[in-house]
Amino acid sequence: MSVAGALAAGVVAILVTMTLALIRSFKGPTVYDRILAVNMVSSQTILMLALLGFLMGRPRFLDIALVYVLIAFTGMMAVLKFFGHDNLEPSDRGDDGGVR
Amino acid sequence: MSMVLGALSWVFLLAGGFFVIVGGVGLLRMPDLFTRMHAAGIADTMGTGLILVGLTFQSDDWVVTAKLLLILYFIIFANPTSTHAVARSALDNDIRPLLPEEQTDHRAAS
Repeated sequence: MSVAGALAAGVVAILVTMTLALIRSFKGPTVYDRILAVNMVSSQTILMLALLGFLMGRPRFLDIALVYVLIAFTGMMAVLKFFGHDNLEPSDRGDDGGVR
Repeated sequence: MSMVLGALSWVFLLAGGFFVIVGGVGLLRMPDLFTRMHAAGIADTMGTGLILVGLTFQSDDWVVTAKLLLILYFIIFANPTSTHAVARSALDNDIRPLLPEEQTDHRAAS
């Protein structure tokens, strides 16, 4: 009972979910469905980096995953602000935490 | 002891993979944006949490464990925030949840 089997099963599950999310991001009727699907793909990418690091015996991949978490979150906020406001300027309402 | 940790890791990784697939199927099959956000939350919270906890059982170095827990910490804070931002941005742009007929009529009348 080696643990590599469970790691490989996790990688396969993540690949399946990424495919489903890609289909949704092509089909999605509104732009927010596409944003949600792309966000899901990026969070699955983080998981896959961690799993592949353990599978290949190179835990340094976790550093890349850690950076990817922060970049994905920032990029997501920027895209949402762009589609919500049509620009990336600071909000003048001041009560909405920057993203509305 | 390591047998127990290996078995725990198996259980957590397989459960995490199950929830990841459930979230992906829900993202494809749910009828409108807000129910799809619920499915994405299942994959992001349960799937990611279970898989990362399952990986911590395999790490033999405390630095690796700390990095895994740090990734889990950031994901736990970032995903509800981005889901909230998607919902708020969609509502501001007049995308409404799908409701049954009588509720839609009631809302329109009041």
